Amino acid sequence: MAVLMPVTVDEATAALAVDPTRIVLAGGTDLMVQLNSRRGAASGPDEVVALDRIGALSSWSVDARRASLTVGAMMTWAQLSSEPFRSWTPALAQAARTIGSVQVRNAATIGGNLVTASPAGDGITVLSALGAAVNTAAIDGRRILTVERLIRGVKTTALAPGEIVTSIEIPLGRGFQGFKKIGIRDAMVIALANACLVVDEGRRRIGLAVGSVGPTVLRCPRAEAIVEANVDWGAGRCDRAAVRDAVDAVRTEVRPIDDHRSSADYRRHAVGILVERLLLEAFDRTANDG
Amino acid sequence: MGEAYSLDVNGVTRDVHDAAPTASLLQVLRERLGLLGTQGACEEGECGSCSVLIDEAVVCSCLVLASCAVGKRIITIEGLTESAVAEDIQKAYVAAGAVQCGFCTPGLVVATHALLDTASDPSEPDIREALSGNICRCTGYGRIVDAVQRVALERRATTKAAKKP
Amino acid sequence: MSATADANPLGTVPETPRVGAVGLGQSVPRPDAAAKVRGEFEFSSDLSVDDSLFGATLRSPHPHAEIASIDVSAAAAIDGVAAVITADDVPGSSTYGLITADQPVFAATKVTYTGQPVAAVAASSREVAHRALDAIVVTYVEREPVLNPEDVVAAAERATEKNDQGRGHHRHLHDDDRARGGDVFRHLRLVHGDEAASGSIEVEGTYEIGTQDQAFLGLEAAVAMPSGDGGVELRTATQWLHEDRRQIAACLDLDESRVHIELGGVGGAFGGREDISLQIHVCLLALACGQPVRMHYHRGESFLGHVHRHPATIWMRHHATDRGELVKVEARLVFDGGAFASTSEAVLGNAVTHAVGPYVCPHAVVDGWVVRTNRPPCGAMRGFGVVQVAFAHESQMDKLAEAIGLDPVELRLRNALTTGKPLATGQLLDSVAPVRECLEAVRDLPMPITPVNGARDPRELPGGTGLTTAGAHVSRGVGYGVSIKNLMYSEGADDYSTARVAVADGVATVYVAAAEVGQGFVTLAHQIAASALGVADVRVAAADTDVGSAGSTSASRQTWMSGAAVNAACEAVREQMIADIAQRCAVPIGRLRIEQGVVYDADRRIGDVAECTAGQSYDHTCQYRHRPTTGLDERGQGNCQTAWAFAAHRAVVDVDPDLGLVKVVQVATGQDVGRALNPLAVIGQIEGGVAQGLGLAVMEELVDVGGRIKNPTFTDYLLPTAMDVPPVAVVLIEQREPLSPLGAKGVGEPPTISSTPAIVAAIRDALRRAGREQPLTRVPVRPEHIVGAGADGAGVDRHNDTGPAGKRR
Repeated sequence: MAVLMPVTVDEATAALAVDPTRIVLAGGTDLMVQLNSRRGAASGPDEVVALDRIGALSSWSVDARRASLTVGAMMTWAQLSSEPFRSWTPALAQAARTIGSVQVRNAATIGGNLVTASPAGDGITVLSALGAAVNTAAIDGRRILTVERLIRGVKTTALAPGEIVTSIEIPLGRGFQGFKKIGIRDAMVIALANACLVVDEGRRRIGLAVGSVGPTVLRCPRAEAIVEANVDWGAGRCDRAAVRDAVDAVRTEVRPIDDHRSSADYRRHAVGILVERLLLEAFDRTANDG
Repeated sequence: MGEAYSLDVNGVTRDVHDAAPTASLLQVLRERLGLLGTQGACEEGECGSCSVLIDEAVVCSCLVLASCAVGKRIITIEGLTESAVAEDIQKAYVAAGAVQCGFCTPGLVVATHALLDTASDPSEPDIREALSGNICRCTGYGRIVDAVQRVALERRATTKAAKKP
Repeated sequence: MSATADANPLGTVPETPRVGAVGLGQSVPRPDAAAKVRGEFEFSSDLSVDDSLFGATLRSPHPHAEIASIDVSAAAAIDGVAAVITADDVPGSSTYGLITADQPVFAATKVTYTGQPVAAVAASSREVAHRALDAIVVTYVEREPVLNPEDVVAAAERATEKNDQGRGHHRHLHDDDRARGGDVFRHLRLVHGDEAASGSIEVEGTYEIGTQDQAFLGLEAAVAMPSGDGGVELRTATQWLHEDRRQIAACLDLDESRVHIELGGVGGAFGGREDISLQIHVCLLALACGQPVRMHYHRGESFLGHVHRHPATIWMRHHATDRGELVKVEARLVFDGGAFASTSEAVLGNAVTHAVGPYVCPHAVVDGWVVRTNRPPCGAMRGFGVVQVAFAHESQMDKLAEAIGLDPVELRLRNALTTGKPLATGQLLDSVAPVRECLEAVRDLPMPITPVNGARDPRELPGGTGLTTAGAHVSRGVGYGVSIKNLMYSEGADDYSTARVAVADGVATVYVAAAEVGQGFVTLAHQIAASALGVADVRVAAADTDVGSAGSTSASRQTWMSGAAVNAACEAVREQMIADIAQRCAVPIGRLRIEQGVVYDADRRIGDVAECTAGQSYDHTCQYRHRPTTGLDERGQGNCQTAWAFAAHRAVVDVDPDLGLVKVVQVATGQDVGRALNPLAVIGQIEGGVAQGLGLAVMEELVDVGGRIKNPTFTDYLLPTAMDVPPVAVVLIEQREPLSPLGAKGVGEPPTISSTPAIVAAIRDALRRAGREQPLTRVPVRPEHIVGAGADGAGVDRHNDTGPAGKRR
């Protein structure tokens, strides 16, 4: 096995075009767990293409005209949990703070989180609710995918062999953002359920996504529609009945499983509470505090 | 089987020969470079025993592909000890009773160093959050938090004294 | 009694301990801490010798299967493979075990748990060794695993009834079941007082304890070298060098004198290193290869390679008077022992004899079983059988308090054991027994001052940085737990420790085989020698088998046992020294004294010890035994224990009842320590033990499905982090124990025992206050248990019926 360290996206995609079975290494926090568990027993002829020398993938930019933020796929959760992202995309920063530990956040990347495609991926839930667009590159061109199009199932993506995620474009709207995550302990924990709510006051749209309650992170279009139809955008309020209906819609849409971490019933129940609390925080703060 | 490469470890260029190509930095530090202070207890980034600094950021060396760390500045517990930059942390851990079996200790010293490098007056929740990637099975963390608080206090006192005209 | 309190908003933290002097009662820092903070301490996983091979173990993938064939030829043919060994290559006893030698070194004809060793290899590198494991072909014929311990109990009961019918009378199963070597490791029935007694109030419940793992951080590791005489030299992390030696020698068919073991640095133990793991395998490989062999487990293998705390199901019925005086405790305990005996027999003995808890109770009927299943073996873990029963009896005491309408602390105080009272075994409790003082200390400690509601740092709320919970969602609860724990070995075990002390040229060296596993005996050995000898320069030699056995570092015993042995050896050496100096300096013995390394004739300084003893050496070896214990009779009665320690815990928790999330805000404890020989070390043991009790209460469990562990990783076997463990407010109850030569009691186990029920009681209390009562009869408590959303979904429906979450208050 050899490690290739391209310094441009073109070099990376070229290296992958030569042999699409080469493994892409981003922050390493998932891939190394797999490699470590092999204990050298089955070390095959795998070659690794490491992306961390590609400066372009670790930068970010704002497009004022499109009102969007584009973050490189190799940006770490440590970066994304601090300023300016904490102000611009608070839900993403909130999720970032719950991913792994300090050590993991210093290495793990947003692109890696997406491509790992865990049903519990905390970053994926937020990017889905934000309506982010995923930019990819391969030897034969570039693509833009929604998060939902990118992620196809448990740990599977729509990336073609040799295709990598290069950046993520996040709309910068005005309005409430919140992320909530349930874990058994207070640090270093995989979500039993997570949820993200993004309110875009300008476009009067709701983004709602939930994780760990299905084979992939799920966007909740029915609940979004219920809320959108019932928000008093002028007053920034949403009536309680609509919140309840949205929660019911989420609970009906999710497809959680029983496993050693939790029960399907708990997950369905809990994700509803998370969504309810997010909606109350966004639209009815006084009620929520009482 | 593996190819040769060099790593910058504790300010010294170290040649690595014949490491397994999939070897983690933890494995290379321990098994090829003889730096045994960095410990491994899970090899999946869930215990922090293998914490090192790479380009000043604390990471789990078990999650770093060693051959990919070429050109980066790697500091291990041995490097902190040699340069004495964490001597006050190490002394406080001893004095505060923060060490029992000691397996987690080098990783905790590295993580504490990283914390106190950026935060001079961390609150107790700040300390607990910053060290929550380092599992200690013996102490229940009480004396560890105490040790970190002692160092922060001493360092602030020193800085204050230095600033006085 | 030394109460400690302060103004820390998160609770109380002990006062700065007495640091400085080296004598007993001082918070002397650990002698090994400087090396540990510098990364220079040598753990057993750091050991290597030149030209060593790497060993690895092949394990069963099935919980129960016949082995049709094992073909190692392909593995042996791999370049770099030095040896492949199986059951056929074990020259001595094919089985080993701490109490009963029933565990095969390698499975020969069948495997009976997932992870059971089948073969081992030694190779030039770890990678080659693992490739060789992959190349070993084992053909298994799977069999139905036995996974429900109740099935085993039922079968044993049927068999006994059948036998008894043949003999024309009915009797209960008795202690002698353990002799049969069947699937019942032990059945023990205890009857104290009148079996038919009853009280006006009765409460009953069934409790379940999940499988906890010791999860010491330093993984199993060893290096073995053939020694010149055909024997073997082993360096490894263990809790008991001599017991390892006995079992290794038997399996290697060597005289014990040809097996030499030196303790490698131990990264925690907690009971999980009392049994053999890789020791025999690595020695066999070294002898097979004629070359040194290193062996290290990885975390997944460690979860399979050492015993766990027994999972248990416990039914109890408490009878009491209207005033809350206990009349009778009935209990039925079923412990899952897994595939092999390990210490199951002793664990059950402890569970049965501690089932009543630290209370006076005239009548008791306890029926205890520990049985064989096709799960990984269970054995010693901190608390040793008492953790399980304490969760049950403390849950019952709360239930009783509620039934009577008494405050839970008041109920416990009314029944608290005192010195001179009989235990359920009929044995008189003659230890110092400050149960009342422990309880009153925790009751009287100020409550944490953090507000229940209002704006708070999310890190202080349930859910933490997951931002799930606002102050308004939180309900706070308080719960109590009290425990009794036997110290040292019981039921007639010959329990002793050996220490040798030598002084040469003014330097004292302590030789003791007590395994330092992190608990701090090495510090204590220094303190004892320094204060008993008056010598300033004390060294503690590496623990090995050249000196006699010190017994295991378990059962809260080393401070008492090895402390006494070291102390006795020091006193003997001191007498030798004083007699010698008196003669050489022509001073009457009665006037000589040695302090801080200086010899005085009354108040006149003669010189330092090194000068006065130049060229002389003194040496003495002592063995200390605690007073003997007896076995239990057919009614489970007898003087089976030698001493006891007590602790009380108060937990304060914040619960988010809608999500089932818990934040433990504070644990307060009053602990009976006899005399704190090193207060800082005692506090460290208490805080660490509480963290493990918290782990069992709310997160730690090895989940077994169909005989396979589903979470053998630190990603899914969750250990408490610094964010999860709260400040612990400690009150040391210091009443010197006259039975203990140094006045001290062991302190390691009590903190893990009653902290768990206290935390669960606090969660129940918080739920009650929120109008969401839940029985919480199982640990670890999971969020789904708190919200009542089990697999049956009943809780979810109920929740939906009650309208929006959190608005019922």
